[in-house]
Amino acid sequence: MVAAASLFRGNVLVKGVGFVHSYIDSLTIGANVGGLQWVDMLVQLFFFLVLLALLKKFAWGPLMNIMEKREKYVADEIEEAERSRAEAEKASKEAADQLNQVRAEAQKMIEDAKSAGTSQQEQIIAAAKKEAERIKEAAQADIQNEKERAIQALQDKVASLSVLIASKVIEKELSEQDQEKLINEYIKEVGEER
Amino acid sequence: MDHESPIVHDIFGIPGADLNLSNLLMTFIVSLIVFVFCVWGSRKLQMKPKGMQNFMEWAVEFVRGIIKDNMDWKTGRLFLPLGLTLIFYILVSNLIGVATAGVVGHTLWWKSPTADAVLTLTLSTTIILLTHYYGIKIQGTKAYLKTYVTPVWFMFPFKIVEEFTNTLTLGLRLFGNIYAGEILLGLLVGLATTSATGFFLSALPMLAWQGFSVFIGGIQSYVFVMLTMVYMSHKVNTEH
Repeated sequence: MVAAASLFRGNVLVKGVGFVHSYIDSLTIGANVGGLQWVDMLVQLFFFLVLLALLKKFAWGPLMNIMEKREKYVADEIEEAERSRAEAEKASKEAADQLNQVRAEAQKMIEDAKSAGTSQQEQIIAAAKKEAERIKEAAQADIQNEKERAIQALQDKVASLSVLIASKVIEKELSEQDQEKLINEYIKEVGEER
Repeated sequence: MDHESPIVHDIFGIPGADLNLSNLLMTFIVSLIVFVFCVWGSRKLQMKPKGMQNFMEWAVEFVRGIIKDNMDWKTGRLFLPLGLTLIFYILVSNLIGVATAGVVGHTLWWKSPTADAVLTLTLSTTIILLTHYYGIKIQGTKAYLKTYVTPVWFMFPFKIVEEFTNTLTLGLRLFGNIYAGEILLGLLVGLATTSATGFFLSALPMLAWQGFSVFIGGIQSYVFVMLTMVYMSHKVNTEH
């Protein structure tokens, strides 16, 4: 190696090739090329297979497991989300339908109430008119009664007056002229009283 | 600078049973790092991910993307743990040699395990054998055998050759990339340690090459998993 180094110092480009040659020859890695070292092979194979088995059990198995689990989980989640979205859509549609229905019902109720109110109003007015009519008729009947009673009373009074007049005429024994005058006066009196 | 591999010859008295202790050490360390990191990253898992869980899930999604590009997810999910383990294992293997190389005495202990052709070829062979295994398991023997003579019967030899070339290219591509990276890093380190001038000369290329090696390490781990899934899909896809 010392010789190689001195060569190297002398002429790098030309002598470098010789240096490489001598160096490769001296390398043990070079000595390994060729030759069937079957024990090495078995040892290597053994280590590799053991490694494979151990890693399969402790690393790749769990890793693949969890990755597949996650894949499944994600797929499930997506499915779930889609389903719940469809459900939500359906529910909102139902709610809208119900709202419309309720609105229509409310409208109908208002209209019913309005028409009921109108008819009640008419009824009340009709009843009031009827009542007024009845009261009016009753009042008229009363007036008639009163009138008749008054006429009756007047007639009674006229009769008693006539008797009174007659008795006074008789008491005084007046002349025919005076009689007539008297009667007229009384009648006049009666007429004025009335 | 004369590095050697810490090789133990004839273990248990079996002739030819040589073990590179560095490979043993590094594969063990890499496995340990990957295991601790991944288990630490995927502890306390929650439906709403936080911190490390995000990263781990990103990694899972990434590998899942690779698999989905190549085959039906129904059959593909079977290979997700394999792909994930592969990508982490190779990435850590590639990167572990970029930042550091450990030499004790004259022995190279600490390096990228993927800078050793033996280990990358082991991985690729395992993968190809697995594709055959799952091909038979999923398609049935008859359909599996039929893939060798489709679309026409004389494709048979090519199909056979293809299996071997697939194995070789899959392993050697990874090895070549990482090995080349380590060699250049080794050269630059060697240059840097020779003299003060060498140190300054090598500083900038070293920085650039380390950055590039990190990039290469990431790309190669991706390519390895990608090709694994491509080969797998050739065997298990019933439509193709």
